[in-house]
Amino acid sequence: MASTIRVRATATGDTTEVQALIQHPMDSGFVKDAQGQIIPPHFIQQLTFECNGKAVFVADWGTAVSKDPYVKFSFKGGNKGDDLKISWIDNKGASDTTTAKIS
Amino acid sequence: MTTTDDEFSGYSASRRLILKGVGLVALTGLGILPFGPMPALAAANDKWPEDAFKQKGQAEAIKSLYGKTAEPSDQVKLDAPEIAENGAVVPISVTTTLTDVTSISFLVADNPNALAASYQILPGTLPSVANRLKMAKTSNVTAIVEAGGKLYSATKEVKVTVGGCGG
Repeated sequence: MASTIRVRATATGDTTEVQALIQHPMDSGFVKDAQGQIIPPHFIQQLTFECNGKAVFVADWGTAVSKDPYVKFSFKGGNKGDDLKISWIDNKGASDTTTAKIS
Repeated sequence: MTTTDDEFSGYSASRRLILKGVGLVALTGLGILPFGPMPALAAANDKWPEDAFKQKGQAEAIKSLYGKTAEPSDQVKLDAPEIAENGAVVPISVTTTLTDVTSISFLVADNPNALAASYQILPGTLPSVANRLKMAKTSNVTAIVEAGGKLYSATKEVKVTVGGCGG
């Protein structure tokens, strides 16, 4: 099954830049469908990035994060070839995890 | 006609088989995934600040999240468009020259719930985040940076021509 997480991590010197794109509806609970029924909230609550087993960045998200969320950040201490583990969990308890190599 | 029917049913039978296979793969995939990362994530998820995300106003959300108020600082640089054509996707980023940053949050004052996203900046991570937010209408966007136990903020108005929170 294809992962919902697409990630690119590039190391330049001692800084690693991480860009992640996740496929998720991020329904806010304010939008109505064609029948006038409210689409219940369905959104990622927490997204965690771990490098070599150590958490480097944690995102707590509300419903105001755009559909198919994108996030970019940088951290120090990552090297080319290191493992970067990305996982998310949403308000319905669904989750996904992927591991990328820093390039 | 009969040949076409046969061909058709043959085609659909094989198609059904393929679909069945895909379904099985998808099911097993789903079955395995939720259990693997669950224990670690469940523990981490306890820290998701539910109350802060439920607050309607910006001041209440900041208070609920940090328990204190923020002061404006020109060391916090908020980058957001002047005009957003589509409120569903507004690219917003923040960087700061402050040191000892532990957290960065984004708030949209006039959204139904002001708090949009909150990021924990762990040791070794640079205090710079870019993301994309939804905006219901023209509103002030505020970035909060927690550095050395104090809160610093930067605010910018973003004009929205099409809202991103309702149909």
